[in-house]
Amino acid sequence: MRELTYAEALREGLRQAMTADSRVFMIGEDIGVYGGAFGVSAGLLQEFGAERIIDTPISEATIAGACIGAALTGMRPVGEIQFMDFVTLTMEQMVLQAAKVRFMFGGKASVPMVLRMPGGSGTGAAAQHSESLENWFVHVPGLKVVMPSNAYEAKGLLLAAIDDDNPVIFIEHKLLYKTKGDVPEEPYRIPLGQTRVAREGQHVTVVATSVMVSRALAAAEELAKEGIELEVVDPRTLSPLDDAPIIASVKKTGRALVVHEAVQMGGFGGEIVARIASSEAFDYLEAPVRRLAGLDIPIPYNRELEYHAVPQVESIVREARKLARGEY
Amino acid sequence: MVASGQLQPEVIQRYHEVIESLGPEVLKQMLQDMHTIRAFEERAEQLYSLGKVHGTMHLSIGQEATAVGASGALRDGDYLLNHHRGHGHCLSWGSTPERMMAEFLGREAGYCRGRGGSMHIADMESNNLGANGIVAGGVPLAVGVGLSIKMRKTDQVCIVIFGDGASNEGAFHESMNMASIWNLPVIYLCENNQYAMSMPFPKAFNIKHVSERAPGYGIPGVTVDGNDPLDVYLAISDAAARARRGEGPSLVESVTYRYKGHSKSDRQAYRSRDEVAEWMEQRDPIKRFSSLLVAGGILDQAGADGMRETAMGIIDRAVEFSEASPMPDVSTILEGVYA
Ligand SMILES: Cc1ncc(C[n+]2csc(CCOP(=O)(O)OP(=O)(O)O)c2C)c(N)n1
Ligand SMILES: [Mg+2]
Repeated sequence: MRELTYAEALREGLRQAMTADSRVFMIGEDIGVYGGAFGVSAGLLQEFGAERIIDTPISEATIAGACIGAALTGMRPVGEIQFMDFVTLTMEQMVLQAAKVRFMFGGKASVPMVLRMPGGSGTGAAAQHSESLENWFVHVPGLKVVMPSNAYEAKGLLLAAIDDDNPVIFIEHKLLYKTKGDVPEEPYRIPLGQTRVAREGQHVTVVATSVMVSRALAAAEELAKEGIELEVVDPRTLSPLDDAPIIASVKKTGRALVVHEAVQMGGFGGEIVARIASSEAFDYLEAPVRRLAGLDIPIPYNRELEYHAVPQVESIVREARKLARGEY
Repeated sequence: MVASGQLQPEVIQRYHEVIESLGPEVLKQMLQDMHTIRAFEERAEQLYSLGKVHGTMHLSIGQEATAVGASGALRDGDYLLNHHRGHGHCLSWGSTPERMMAEFLGREAGYCRGRGGSMHIADMESNNLGANGIVAGGVPLAVGVGLSIKMRKTDQVCIVIFGDGASNEGAFHESMNMASIWNLPVIYLCENNQYAMSMPFPKAFNIKHVSERAPGYGIPGVTVDGNDPLDVYLAISDAAARARRGEGPSLVESVTYRYKGHSKSDRQAYRSRDEVAEWMEQRDPIKRFSSLLVAGGILDQAGADGMRETAMGIIDRAVEFSEASPMPDVSTILEGVYA
């Protein structure tokens, strides 16, 4: 099959959605001539024109609000927030408007919008351009939260998100944009709310999100050399969460490690641990359920400090090995 | 002012007065500082290309006059709230190139102990309250700084610096209104460098000048030639005097131009080479101020030429200092989150 980068896969998804449905348009900062800060929309202005690839002034709250208003009145907007950090400027619109209007209006309105944004650290951009804030949105009923972990997932999940009649927070990862994978040319959809098993193994279940999925897969390769087989599980959609495959996996392995880049305190890992602990998998546990997450600090600028602030392949190997050997 | 067409006699008169009152030494130092800022940023860019500086940076090459003119009009003890394109403002506020360069190189001796990098240089000792990675992020803070000055009954002022793009964030409008209704000693300095990343000014505004927004908040707004340090100096001096008299905030828009890309990943497809060349050739702040001082007999040509050398020497020493200073120890990674 043909290989595309994660950014190209997203662009192809956007192009196909816009070609198929005239209600779909993009709106955000520097998405036109510039092609988006990470190049995702490169060339789309030339293809679709400035009426559907809309460059805005620097006004994030109103980018979100414009998406909500357009979605309420028959359009299917895809907003872009240049860095996930700046989604903080849209919080009122996304949390108090987008997430709630349908419910407040007795189910009579819908907000079919996608708000795309790159999260994560690893580029030396320091504390205000490296946030992983997914769990803020997971905490808001009415929003869906999607985190694609590779190029194939990115296109399929984006097309499903655009089709969805709910506001979807679509969190991309800066370090994944240039990574390549097999991507079918035709449009395809990966349903929201379906967890996938990215690698099978019988010793330790590793639940990982976004860029941590590839790190967990690399760790699994390492540990396989020692005879330790990791089962890597990728929820893909954090909300709604399909926990059945996670619980089934833990019943099989008896050991679980949850890995994410966001800080540990109040992070998504806590939810996964709670789901495991309160399910029938509890009786199968042979070890405490562990979390490996970002340190509880803002992301530092210094290269080495930045590296050590979030889980890396080595730390996943170390933690998973400890669990497998009962050395915790 | 120097470059604009129709000059009123009283404006020319003030210009002569400011040259008189600043005196040759200050004027020469202003030019030297502009050279130092440019040399600093050119070297930072070079170190970035060599992979020694991590992340990204926003260069203000071409905008040096605004930094030097603004700082020159303020006093020790005043407050600075800076933005992402703020290396020049830090240097002219008195930050040392050594500790700034050390920050770029992620060293413990840097202003932020290597935790902040180019976008977050702060120097609390000199009331430099920090550059900001968030567009307009510092603008609301100015209200708090202004309130604090008023409550503490000092004669300090706060200058908050931001770009044309920042003035389209809601925060800008809320901040200006509050500072105005409470008469706070705040100077809003908008560096209009014609673009917000790829967004050209005319596509993001239906007005000619950001300063036209000031009357909407009941405060004075002026537009000055941001490539002339004296024009900036005069406007900021007026705004500071007004603030210190308890008459409230002002908005100063300084019209300037950035020569380099927005950040390190900008192909600049949104503007023409000719446009950039025109600004560099016709309106370069260093060339212009240099000729002015030579023409006025304040500096001879050799003195003017030597300033670039002096600047390079200052930056060489800053790089040596930085490269010799230690990286933060990983064992300190959890430090500094809470007081
Ligand atoms: C809230 C927010 N939105 C977007 C960005 C990304 N960004 C950084 S600088 C910039 C352009 C700022 O333009 P302007 O205010 O004119 O300052 P300039 O860069 O031209 O000096 C953008 C879009 C950001 N850092 N913060
Ligand atoms: Mg600008």
